Amino acid sequence: MKSLTIFSILGLAALSASAVAGEDKIQLKHGPGSELVAAHCVMCHSLDMIQINSPFLKRGQWEATVTKMKKVMGAPINDEDTAKIVDYLTKYYGAETPPAPPAAAKN
Amino acid sequence: MKSRRSFLKSTGSGLAIAGASLFAPKFLYAAGLSSGTIEASSLETLPGKKPLIKRNYRPVNYETPVEYFDDVITPNDRFFVRWHLTEVPEITPADWRLKIGGESAEHPFELSLEQLKKDFPAVEMTAVCQCSGNRRGLSDPHVAGVEWGYGAMGNARWKGVRLKDVLAKAGIKPDAVEITFDGADGPAIDKTPDFAKSLPLWKALDENVLIAYEMNGEPLPHLNGGPARIIVPGWTATYWVKKIVAINAVAKPLQTFWMNPAYRVPKGMFPTGERFTSQEKENVPTTPITEIVVNSLITNIKDGQRFHRGAPVVVKGLAWDAGYGINLVEVSIDEGKTWQAATLGADQGRFSFRSWQFSFKPTQSGKHVVMAKASNRQGATQTFELIFNPAGYHNNVVQRIAIQVA
Repeated sequence: MKSLTIFSILGLAALSASAVAGEDKIQLKHGPGSELVAAHCVMCHSLDMIQINSPFLKRGQWEATVTKMKKVMGAPINDEDTAKIVDYLTKYYGAETPPAPPAAAKN
Repeated sequence: MKSRRSFLKSTGSGLAIAGASLFAPKFLYAAGLSSGTIEASSLETLPGKKPLIKRNYRPVNYETPVEYFDDVITPNDRFFVRWHLTEVPEITPADWRLKIGGESAEHPFELSLEQLKKDFPAVEMTAVCQCSGNRRGLSDPHVAGVEWGYGAMGNARWKGVRLKDVLAKAGIKPDAVEITFDGADGPAIDKTPDFAKSLPLWKALDENVLIAYEMNGEPLPHLNGGPARIIVPGWTATYWVKKIVAINAVAKPLQTFWMNPAYRVPKGMFPTGERFTSQEKENVPTTPITEIVVNSLITNIKDGQRFHRGAPVVVKGLAWDAGYGINLVEVSIDEGKTWQAATLGADQGRFSFRSWQFSFKPTQSGKHVVMAKASNRQGATQTFELIFNPAGYHNNVVQRIAIQVA
């Protein structure tokens, strides 16, 4: 059945009305792009979907996920925002990369 | 454990959280879940439910803690909840209507709940409802999706009418290939594909496939698909469409995202007795997931639990399959070197969980790895190594639970 509710990109502020009690306490890691991610992704699902899918997806897999959300699920995300969202998800919720070797001591 | 009661706002989907735990008990942590899954999961109470493990607030995805599986029947207030879409309208029994039609139906008609109950013979059946992605979160490597542990499943006594009886009244034309199912749930944005599924005609006509309106002697709960849902014993729950409002006989295979590419496994990876061939194509490497694979769950002991040397240890659990019938559960207490048969509980029907238990007295101190492995009457059993597939389906890897004896 089709939903009665249609959200437009301009109506993002109204989206909190659809949030389920409890999900508003979810805090994404703060960083460049976090607000963009929250604003777009929360249209269709709570942000715990990002958290539980971490930290194991590589950049290509996050890219594929965001592409699926756009092309299959119909999320209205433009190309510029897509790139920022993929960057954010890869950096903050992507596969853990091995820690960099300690910097050589400078004497 | 301390908990905080919070006042709740109602939501677009009519759901509210009745209380949330601040501290996550250890049993949320099925070994093998990702750290992100563990951190983001919590015990939360949906209306009419005991605390379940919240994986997603929205869509509503909550699983049953392993500790709750202490009976063969999973009570309604402990039964897992899974929705694909965010809008889940509450429909009163008086308002519910089911439309039966489609291009391959001779006489389309509509039913109220009262008519459904009155016009068709009632059937009761105990059957396991298991999400295709149950245990996805344990996949190694991890794969994207709802990161379920062990509890995206339950076993209930369902009451309803046979789908074949309802289809007979509509008169199915000879050109029918599939029967399609649409529930009342809907997406948050219009462009998201509506959740619709199909069954091959032969499966839809199977006498065990029901339109159910009762679960464990109560009206089917809202969160589990009330007023009525489809029951497809032996097949994974993706076909058990909840809040069913439309059933159509069609002459062409249903083409939706939810049939392809979703809910598929690589061809030949999981040989099953029942295949959904109208959804297969020569140049497509996948086939729809169908039957539940043989599986078992240890329900009463946990990793790291302590026992006394010389005192009996009782291991309890459940076993199930696609309906061929569990005929053997073996337990190993030495990490798989030797196996002994467990005692099976009463047979509640071939589609039901089968309980089992096994007692032993550890004679040596130290770590013991307990494992359980079920087999069915076809001779199918569980795997020791994950059969990896991109969607994380059909995980029936034998569990390994390390206990400490002192």
